[in-house]
Amino acid sequence: MNIYKFEVSRLRKSILIWTLSVPGFLIFYMAFFPAISGSADAFNAMMESMDPKFLAAFGIIPELPIGEIMGYFNLTMGLILIPLAIQASNYGFHILSVEERELTADFLFTKPISRRKIIISKFFAALTSLLIVDIVLTILSIVALTAFKGDEVVEFRNVIILLLSVPLFQLTFMSIGMVISVSIKKVASVLSFSMALGFGMYVVNSFGSVLSSGLFSYITPYSHFDSAYVLINGHWNWGLIWISLTVMVCSFVATYFLYLKRNIASL
Amino acid sequence: MNVIEFNKLTKYYGKAKGCENIDFNVKEGEIFGFIGPNGAGKSTTIRCMLSLIYPTSGSVSIFGKDAIKYGPEVRENIGYLPSEIFYYDKMKVKDLLNYSASFYKKDCSARIKELAEIMELDLTRKIEDLSLGNKKKVGIVQGLLHSPKLIILDEPTSGLDPLMQQKFFNLIRKENKNGATVLFSSHILSEVQQLCNRVAIIKDGEILSIQDIKSIKHDNYKRFTFRGKSLDNGKFDIDGVSQLKEREDKVTFLYKGDVNKIVKIISSLKLTDITIEEPTLEEIFMHYYE
Repeated sequence: MNIYKFEVSRLRKSILIWTLSVPGFLIFYMAFFPAISGSADAFNAMMESMDPKFLAAFGIIPELPIGEIMGYFNLTMGLILIPLAIQASNYGFHILSVEERELTADFLFTKPISRRKIIISKFFAALTSLLIVDIVLTILSIVALTAFKGDEVVEFRNVIILLLSVPLFQLTFMSIGMVISVSIKKVASVLSFSMALGFGMYVVNSFGSVLSSGLFSYITPYSHFDSAYVLINGHWNWGLIWISLTVMVCSFVATYFLYLKRNIASL
Repeated sequence: MNVIEFNKLTKYYGKAKGCENIDFNVKEGEIFGFIGPNGAGKSTTIRCMLSLIYPTSGSVSIFGKDAIKYGPEVRENIGYLPSEIFYYDKMKVKDLLNYSASFYKKDCSARIKELAEIMELDLTRKIEDLSLGNKKKVGIVQGLLHSPKLIILDEPTSGLDPLMQQKFFNLIRKENKNGATVLFSSHILSEVQQLCNRVAIIKDGEILSIQDIKSIKHDNYKRFTFRGKSLDNGKFDIDGVSQLKEREDKVTFLYKGDVNKIVKIISSLKLTDITIEEPTLEEIFMHYYE
């Protein structure tokens, strides 16, 4: 328990920043909806004049026009997923590698605890941080939708189902970050690694949407957890989501065993 | 009883040798020196004992238990002071020590206070604001706060001023008197001589010899350097002198034996400068294997 508490307190600042910025971004973005819905016809007409492939790159699809609250929320969520992915990747790359990078491993690993305990404590500390952000995000999403919907109908059931998938989406990124961090000798810069993973996967997803290629949608968690699918169908896209879940489980298992066997580098 | 038993411990980093066939025992209550030049494999050996790294072959047991398999249990009674001290920078010394203490199944608060007083360590400061020497002190307190039965010191004195060094040595002696076994790795022969009963000499990853400290003290080599005029007269070519290099204005040699003989010789010379130093470890090694 002591490591868990210590790790959470180490992430304190990070938790604060992410909880303020990500849900804050959502509120900020959603606050524009009344203005857009006021001129929804003109807006939709403008969208229709654009190439659907171009729009698809931004997650805008005809079934969910952004002049309507659900469509606008879909667009917002599509963007919100990027910082969420970066946060999760950041923890994934950071949480295990930090001890070696900052050379504190000699302190922690020479204590009378097993590596199993270290990895589990650290995992749960990161998970706690993610969940705090996710819970705040969920609450504020509902608040924002209620506040800005005007006289439109919001399918809150679908919204909740979508938001429930966010922790799994994040865990997928975190697991990939973790397995990479224990596979390589040293994570030199956590930020560039996590930006690359978080953004890279988004770009792959955009490509996939533009090319309407099914192949890309298999690769990136952004498409597995596509918000439009959930908001339209009211359930997760199991046809794709299992790929992320499998990757996540495999990554965590691999991380666990690689970390147990790892030689801790010194200066 | 043996506290540490190495059994053909070998560690390779890929193709690079870390240490090979380390095979010796450290008895309970000993202060055991582990000396060798930088990169000889001292730290590698120690890191295997703490299961920071895993041996390629062979094993090491501590308190009669395999140090890898029973790692957490064994480490309950080990205090470790690494050569380079790195802690969570943002923390206060006090918080770090309390965090460290939280890993042990006993109350260490009184001991922390006591050790901090001995080492004159300010507990309220932030670690990132500490000098190298003060960080080292944190390391010392951190390593001893749970009154370990085995203390592993990896080049512990770097950064400590001579006064603190003495305090630290006294502390180690006291711990030792109270029953703790000490493994003291260093590349400075004189400090090992001060403290240890026996030493293992390691070079290129292999143990060259294990010596009683008395015999090393007996082989008390000094390196002499004299500067002056017309020194190349062969006066220093006496018993106990080796590696003699004479020039007109400078003469250097290693000497083992009665120093009065040297004093007698130099009294008849006109010198401008004298240096008498501990020979480097390399030089000592050469003597063992000449």
